[in-house]
Amino acid sequence: MTSLLEVQNVKRTFPRSGGEELLVLDDVNLTLRDGEIVGLLGRSGSGKSTLLRLIAGLSRPQGGTLTYLGTPIEGPVQGVSMVFQGFALFPWMTVLENVQLGLEALNLPARELRERALAAIDLIGLDGYESAYPRELSGGMRQRVGFARAVVVHPNILLMDEPFSALDVLTAENLRTDLVELWGNGKLPIKGIILVTHNIEEAVLMCDRVLLFSSNPGRVASEIKIDLPQPRDRTSPAFEDYVDRIYVEMTAKRVERMRQVLQQGASLAMPLIHVSPSQISGLVEALVAAKYDGKADLPDIAYEQELEVDELFPVAEAMQLLRLADVEGGDIKLTHMGKRFADADLNERKEIFSRALMAQVPLAAHIRKVLDERASHSAPRTRFLDELEDHMAEDAAEETLKSVVSWARFAELFSYDDDAELFSLENPT
Amino acid sequence: MKILPPVSIEGRRLLPSRWDLLAAVLVLGFIVAFADVSRFLVHPLSSITGHDLRLNPADLPGYALRTALRMLIAMGVSLGFTFIYATWAAKNARAGSLLVPLLDILQSVPILSFLSVTVVWFLSLSPGRVFGAELACVFSIFCGQAWNMAFSFYQSLRTVPPELEEAGRMFGLGAWARFWRIEAPFATPPLIWNMMMSMSGGWFFVTISEAISVGKTNIALPGIGSWIAVAIAQKNLPAIFLAIFAMLVVILIYDQLMFRPLIAWADRFRVGNEQSEEQPQSWALNIYRRSRLLDVMTTPFDAMMRWSYYWHPPHFGVRAAGREVDSRVTDFLWYAVLALLGGYAAFRIYAFAHVNLSWSDLVTAVELGFLTLLRVMVLIAIASAIWTPIGVYVGLRPRLTQIVQPVAQFLAAFPANILFPLAVSLIVIFNLNPDIWLSPLMVLGTQWYILFNVIAGASAMPPELRDVADNFNVRGWLWWKRVALPCVFPYYVTGAITASGGAWNASIVAEVASWGTKTLHAHGLGAYIADAATTGDFRHIVLGTAVMSFFVVVVNRILWRPLYWYAERKFRLT
Repeated sequence: MTSLLEVQNVKRTFPRSGGEELLVLDDVNLTLRDGEIVGLLGRSGSGKSTLLRLIAGLSRPQGGTLTYLGTPIEGPVQGVSMVFQGFALFPWMTVLENVQLGLEALNLPARELRERALAAIDLIGLDGYESAYPRELSGGMRQRVGFARAVVVHPNILLMDEPFSALDVLTAENLRTDLVELWGNGKLPIKGIILVTHNIEEAVLMCDRVLLFSSNPGRVASEIKIDLPQPRDRTSPAFEDYVDRIYVEMTAKRVERMRQVLQQGASLAMPLIHVSPSQISGLVEALVAAKYDGKADLPDIAYEQELEVDELFPVAEAMQLLRLADVEGGDIKLTHMGKRFADADLNERKEIFSRALMAQVPLAAHIRKVLDERASHSAPRTRFLDELEDHMAEDAAEETLKSVVSWARFAELFSYDDDAELFSLENPT
Repeated sequence: MKILPPVSIEGRRLLPSRWDLLAAVLVLGFIVAFADVSRFLVHPLSSITGHDLRLNPADLPGYALRTALRMLIAMGVSLGFTFIYATWAAKNARAGSLLVPLLDILQSVPILSFLSVTVVWFLSLSPGRVFGAELACVFSIFCGQAWNMAFSFYQSLRTVPPELEEAGRMFGLGAWARFWRIEAPFATPPLIWNMMMSMSGGWFFVTISEAISVGKTNIALPGIGSWIAVAIAQKNLPAIFLAIFAMLVVILIYDQLMFRPLIAWADRFRVGNEQSEEQPQSWALNIYRRSRLLDVMTTPFDAMMRWSYYWHPPHFGVRAAGREVDSRVTDFLWYAVLALLGGYAAFRIYAFAHVNLSWSDLVTAVELGFLTLLRVMVLIAIASAIWTPIGVYVGLRPRLTQIVQPVAQFLAAFPANILFPLAVSLIVIFNLNPDIWLSPLMVLGTQWYILFNVIAGASAMPPELRDVADNFNVRGWLWWKRVALPCVFPYYVTGAITASGGAWNASIVAEVASWGTKTLHAHGLGAYIADAATTGDFRHIVLGTAVMSFFVVVVNRILWRPLYWYAERKFRLT
């Protein structure tokens, strides 16, 4: 089998204010072979989309090489086309014009241009919508236009950047099956597909191989080959095994990191991901339901709560940080404190939360202490932001402060005035 | 940067409605009435002037301060007008049907005509003193700001999200309280943007209206504008540069101490939960917020407003439909009053025209109007051809945009008449045809609206669409035709409408330019009005004004309005 695409040791950084560089992709390797669908799976911010843009030649890496059919990629490549998450259709062009755009750039004769565009529209199931404007179409139909536009130029590689995530569940499923079917029949004039997603089931459903990305910086953490015949059945035990396995792989690293944090004792320097207290309460309540009795499989509870992986993980992590739950393998389990929290009324919950903050979140305890000590019982935001920025990047510091503020507000530990950018102990008047 | 629809695009119809005609008659009648009054006032007051103005650099800060104060007062008056007029138009359907077309007509009347027609009357209010002249000056700035501000506020009031209104009702807020707690805050951010843009335009008018002559009445109010006028008369180039510098300082101070804080403050009133990509910041606002003094000063006002919310004015905000009992009677009275007013105005116009004007006068004015129209159109086309590609280039580069945007905004605020001396010298030296070479002066100040609107349009282009173009190798002319130009088109149209309106206004100043004793004339309606003002010939001021307003209204209707709505329909993203 020949390889369509080789990505070797690719590194990508973004400049940040203050002259620092943010490392988004580090030492990434990837091969796409003829006839393959490869999935890139990871939480948002793991650089999957950045990698896709590098492959499309839309931006350049700081290190490493990318080659398409043996030639290095140094700009937009003919033969690689992309489907976008937000559809990216031109609102002033009809469906037909949108689909024709890529062909016009190829300088084809008018007749061939039209024939090919109509054929692609036909193939993707857009017949009858040629003269409609994108705003007249539903989300699913719009994304079909996106597919038709990408397919019409007969690319060797099709890149898909979370193409189904802006669609509702039913439409997304419908589009996925159509696509897999066309691919299976060999009707698509395409040799290989790279699919970026954060939906584990979607990856297992569609891909031959799945690369799991870790974040900060983005790296390929592991590769899982999906050895199931198409079409795949979501309810088959083999399918569920794959989903579970990926869940465990994806949680393992984070659980490990949390364990380290908990053992060494958390420090001010620990970045926090913003999770609202009501999300925490929601998950706690879901866990005490009779069905789970305090312990649940992560994929199950995610599915039931209609959460994606990257939405569930931060909540689980925050619960672990506050000692309300333990995450182990693919499971999440309420602690004694977590169960008490579940049974408590609102005031008791605030009480528990407040104590957990003081004990487990050094930043919250620190802010409270500073406010207690000052005569005015107030302190400007910059006082703490500067302190955090000694340890972490600017936006991580801002997010950390934001989550502490929202937790402290719930716990009534201290208050914060966003207009004056001032922390204080006063209750707002 | 937000782009606000100009008042001339309200409604989509091409042909004037009865209300448009009534509005036109009323405005023209108003101008005629003033002109009539002024003709009898002009002679006895011919010697009114400000005190002697000498070009002493030490006096310049003082002059700059007075000019800035005039701007501030005019802004305050415009704000008051906006709140009353726009609220009335939005709350009362009966009034609204006249008040909105009235705004459209008012904004098409060249501001300097307002000035030359009213200045004598204002002077007569306080014979022998400068106060009347100050009023006239403030009034002309007011005319440059109020119409668009009122329109913006009116539009916002009409688009308050219904669920906010309903929430207000559910909590038992009266109409008065709802206005201050829901509607006014909702309308604030666009109003502030509008104030800022209007202020830019205001600088142009303040510099001109400080030093104006109508017939034998010469006014020179102490201020930067008069300083410039004297400097031009004396051919004093260093003094002109000093004035430019003073202007720059004043504009910067206004920006930093007033508009930045206002914009940062108003950010809280934006409806919608998503944070703006970049929260506007202002160091001045941070100082104001932390100042105790300001707290102490505003507290009683706060308390008063809070207390006033218990007040339920009987008719405020209650729609006419809710008061159907007396509605038929009121309707009758209202229409009767309007008919009488309109009839009276028409009569005044007729009487005025019959006595003073002949058909040949009208033909001359219309011919000259076409000349100026030609100039405006050609210049807007040239400015568009130059600034659209540059705007796209800049707008796609965020870092460049951050540099160019404020500069363009400053240049728009910059009274371009300061450059007239240079232009006149060049024309004299190279012996050029003033009919052609004076014309660019008309767009000196207003072309920037095209530039920064196009920049705004290009920087609003979704990154994904740019990626699509790259991904499919859409380049060169295909890229401009399919991607860039459609994307900036709605923004461009808005900029071009503003630029063309400004160019008509500027024609009155630009078609006659002088430097020292040398005065150049171009043929056009602007020069016609300017000459009539200089000689105090009210007949021709009125005629010229009416013809120019007519041209502006017609061009808006048959060109800009359809173009605007076409752009809105077809090219607006999302």
